[in-house]
Amino acid sequence: MNGLGIGRYVLGWQLVGLAGFLLLPWYAVEDGFWGFGWLFDGYPFDPDYAPAIVLLLQGAKPWLWPIAGFLLLPALALGRPSTERFTQNVLLLVGGLGVAYILGQGFTVGLRGWNAGFLEAWYGPLGDRQFGMGYGALLAGTGLFFLFTLGCAARGAVNGDGFVVGSIGLIVMVVALFIFFPVARILISALQTNEGLFSLAALLDKLLTGKIWGLDCVYSHRACGVAWNSLALAVAVGAGTTLLGLAFALVVTRTGFPAKRLFRGLTVLPIITPPFVIGLALILLFGQSGAITQFLEAAFGIPASRWLYGFSGVWLAQMLAFTPIAFLVLIGVVEGVSPSVEEAAQTLRADAWTTLRTVSLPLMRPGLANAFLLGFIESMADFGNPMVLGGNFNVLSTEIFFAIVGAQYDQGRASVLALVLLFFTLLAFYAQRRWLGRKSYTSVTGKGDAGIAVPLPGRFATLIFGVTIPWAVMTAVLYATILFGGFVNLWGLDHTLTLRHYIDAFGITVGDHGWVWSGGAWNSFFTTIAISAISAPLTAAIGLLTAYLLVRQRFLGKQAFEFGTMLSFAIPGTVIGVSYVLAFNVPPLELTGTGIILVISFVFRNMPVGVRAGIASMSQLDSSLDEASLTLGASSWQTIRRVVLPLMRPAILAALVYSFVRAMTAISAVIFLVSAEYDMATAYILGRVENNDYGLSIAYSSVLIVIMFVAILLLQLLVGERRLGRRSAAKLEIGGQPA
Amino acid sequence: MTVSFGGRASSVRFEGVTKAFGEVVAVNAISFVVEAGSLATLLGPSGCGKTTTLRLVAGLELATAGRILIGDDDVTGLPATRRDVSMVFQSYALFPHMTVIENVAYGFVVSGTPKAEAHAKAELGLELVGLKGYGPRLPSELSGGQQQRVAVARALVLEPQVLLFDEPLSNLDAKLRRRVREEIRDIQQSLGLTVVYVTHDQEEALAVSDKVIVMRNAEIAQEGKPRELYEQPADRFVADFIGDANMVSADILSVDGTHARVSIGGVEVQVPSRGLPVGPVQTAIRPESVLLDTQGGEGLAGTVLKTAYLGKHMEYTVDSPVGELFVVDERVHAPLAPGTGVTIRFGDRIALVVG
Ligand SMILES: Nc1ncnc2c1ncn2[C@@H]1O[C@H](COP(=O)(O)OP(=O)(O)OP(=O)(O)O)[C@@H](O)[C@H]1O
Ligand SMILES: [Mg+2]
Repeated sequence: MNGLGIGRYVLGWQLVGLAGFLLLPWYAVEDGFWGFGWLFDGYPFDPDYAPAIVLLLQGAKPWLWPIAGFLLLPALALGRPSTERFTQNVLLLVGGLGVAYILGQGFTVGLRGWNAGFLEAWYGPLGDRQFGMGYGALLAGTGLFFLFTLGCAARGAVNGDGFVVGSIGLIVMVVALFIFFPVARILISALQTNEGLFSLAALLDKLLTGKIWGLDCVYSHRACGVAWNSLALAVAVGAGTTLLGLAFALVVTRTGFPAKRLFRGLTVLPIITPPFVIGLALILLFGQSGAITQFLEAAFGIPASRWLYGFSGVWLAQMLAFTPIAFLVLIGVVEGVSPSVEEAAQTLRADAWTTLRTVSLPLMRPGLANAFLLGFIESMADFGNPMVLGGNFNVLSTEIFFAIVGAQYDQGRASVLALVLLFFTLLAFYAQRRWLGRKSYTSVTGKGDAGIAVPLPGRFATLIFGVTIPWAVMTAVLYATILFGGFVNLWGLDHTLTLRHYIDAFGITVGDHGWVWSGGAWNSFFTTIAISAISAPLTAAIGLLTAYLLVRQRFLGKQAFEFGTMLSFAIPGTVIGVSYVLAFNVPPLELTGTGIILVISFVFRNMPVGVRAGIASMSQLDSSLDEASLTLGASSWQTIRRVVLPLMRPAILAALVYSFVRAMTAISAVIFLVSAEYDMATAYILGRVENNDYGLSIAYSSVLIVIMFVAILLLQLLVGERRLGRRSAAKLEIGGQPA
Repeated sequence: MTVSFGGRASSVRFEGVTKAFGEVVAVNAISFVVEAGSLATLLGPSGCGKTTTLRLVAGLELATAGRILIGDDDVTGLPATRRDVSMVFQSYALFPHMTVIENVAYGFVVSGTPKAEAHAKAELGLELVGLKGYGPRLPSELSGGQQQRVAVARALVLEPQVLLFDEPLSNLDAKLRRRVREEIRDIQQSLGLTVVYVTHDQEEALAVSDKVIVMRNAEIAQEGKPRELYEQPADRFVADFIGDANMVSADILSVDGTHARVSIGGVEVQVPSRGLPVGPVQTAIRPESVLLDTQGGEGLAGTVLKTAYLGKHMEYTVDSPVGELFVVDERVHAPLAPGTGVTIRFGDRIALVVG
């Protein structure tokens, strides 16, 4: 049977670490993670590209010496049984201290020598400096880290399962590094004065200003503070999308409305549309030279006004953009209310309205709370629509952007605003959890639950149709505008048809040296596709691995682990964006301006989606399948590869496409992280919008929407329709015993 | 071709094993031994800790306290992967995306056996359970009973030191249940396997076991051979759980070596004394040991309260001076009507309850 010790794994990770130390450039190379020019450009002796050992032998960076020791010491444990206390201690100490040392030296020695004044005072000037960590440091750190987790496993953590301990460690590490560390950096930066000194007064000074908390709009014509603006908007959007989403869900599940499928189709739209594109389309319709505005003026003499620019416009745009998300959440919940419960209520003499009010709606409570939270957070984080439509109505996300990117460049202010934003979303997240307790899942049983849902009471149905049908029509008109607008010469003034905008964006000319991608959009387009394609599998992998640990493993601190991984869901993209700028701008992790930072931001922004998808599909796999595999002698990794993954193929595919699409449409974090070299489609489009280049923006958006639509259609074809219908619920369940 | 499995059967020994899930103590300091090559059942009411005990043997749960030995090896800290134990699950847990032969060969494949060899061995396993030629099918293309046998074959082919079954028959209908349990017993005996078997069906336990371990509230209530448990239950819980029993107060009149004369409401019977002294005692009277007679004569006077016809026997509830008695009577051709006066005598299936 499988009685192998951990010896060969120890050796393996030690070799990985040594390879990082002896062979690869220790510091980040200039031409990017994937640039390999350094191989032919002075490696291994050029200090820019040298491995740590060469640097040391050249007499530079003496503080790297101890790392060599950490990498050699595990040899003491080789060949000894893992049950021995000595082996365990060697691995724990060497791995743990080694990782801590690598991080520590990275943070203490920076671009200008010592990073902290007191070190300079104690030891005198260092006379040397270092850049961001590169491949070498990455490998050395990784090797030492997994030696540490092997030590934990040898000690008996999680039944001594090295793979599971390693996975938990990996996820804790990356979540700490890419979620908690950046957020902590915001806090630090908020506490610093512009001169870099720590002071609580500086924080309070920046926090307690009328610009954030002012209530002038209550009693005067002046604007209120941005915090109140954001909060009011988010509450209005959260409530609005929840109600509207519920109305749609009821229409689709509880009425005989013929165009149900169309309604369901609308739900894909927000996933494949960058949110601000809705704002853009609204301008084309209701702006001062918008089609409908002009029509109203011509036909009824209603003068054009600026109503669209401000709270009302942003609210409308966000409602249009996020209602389908609420609908997606609520449809599952409404379907989850078992008709037999409603029938029971009716046999107890409740009429249709009473049944709805006393039985069905209370059962939907978790869904309603979830939908509200989603709308609230999306609205708080949304950057594009307030940017496009806000006018004088400022919200936190846009203020943060201007604080970082604008002329003011005030990190401290951006940090304080980001903290306020984070505070609101975490508060909402916490409130939702408190309100629901832990019973947040409605259970659709696998049993063929017969019964017919109670039809909606008459007047209520009329009301619901009265709201949903016009709304659906409006959405359709918006999308028609988007698709059509790209072919119009100058919207609102000159409606002759033209391909001009498409040629500007996606032109290809044949030059002297063959084909030239002459369109302005190509650069950002290719970058977007590449970055999305790279981040999708990573997101899916890390999300599903986390889900596996959460569903299938029991370990110390699992609650905290779950909370930590789900927390990033409550951190708005804007906050992630700022925090990455603050945290990864300087060594030891110098990532701004690279493509890697975009990939990382997508992975951790979208990770909760992967986790949820994974949890949902893994809970449907009977755990006796895993256990059978384990008792047959398979290791946990073999079990994942041979049993769990093959059975989760649909979920994997869905997570892949979903994270791909989300990466293509994201804007709020991206806007802080793009660079000239790595420009993303959404950031590029938003830039064009600011220059009033609506034609090109709309054309580019249409192309993105069509591409993603095709991607989703392909997915549907590959996976087949996976509706969680009452009838099909049983089919979804893959138990140990085939049906 | 000769088939030889089970050459490595080993004993299982629990020494004061406890398993707690937070506050809940699912198994409380239990000790027992299952001899190599024997079949032991864990029997008990729902929630008493049978599955947990079984999973402790498998290594799917690790003990909170105590020692577990398989053969001579202490496996207390080893996880499932590293123990030489296979398990047949209640739900069978056949991998739905693999064919029957792939399922059975799985244990070999993951331990690095070349595929051809693994399939050859798996083929032998299928033959053993009478499913030769079913290899290429998917589990969903088999009947429930066939799936069950695939699950057995999959666990069997690895020649584990111990083979575990968790309520393997509960998904089968009554007829099939009897047949499959006989098949399992046959295979176990002919291959000399060590088997630990969980069930809550006492008839099943009595039918297949060398040893029955009755559990109650996370502890062992009694263990022993099926006959010992039935005829000499340690306490009223075991008496009641293994077959039905009427618990009746009685008096030991005299003890003569291994036998005692006992008076049940004045009717005297002779039963094994089980070391008890003269004085009041509890007796467990099996329903088939209460004899009803309408012709009068010696005995207690009683009245039939309820009757039920069950095909091969009658069930009566009879009011008597020693309390209500539950009676099974094989004379179905002459049923007694409610209200009939009867004389009650006792057969020999009466046990004195020690605890
Ligand atoms: N993972 C767990 N966490 C907490 N409590 C548990 C866990 N597993 C089992 N228990 C508890 O331990 C006790 C024994 O459970 P076990 O599954 O062993 O019962 P069982 O005898 O197999 O019952 P059944 O005949 O119903 O299958 C029960 O009270 C159960 O609630
Ligand atoms: Mg059980």
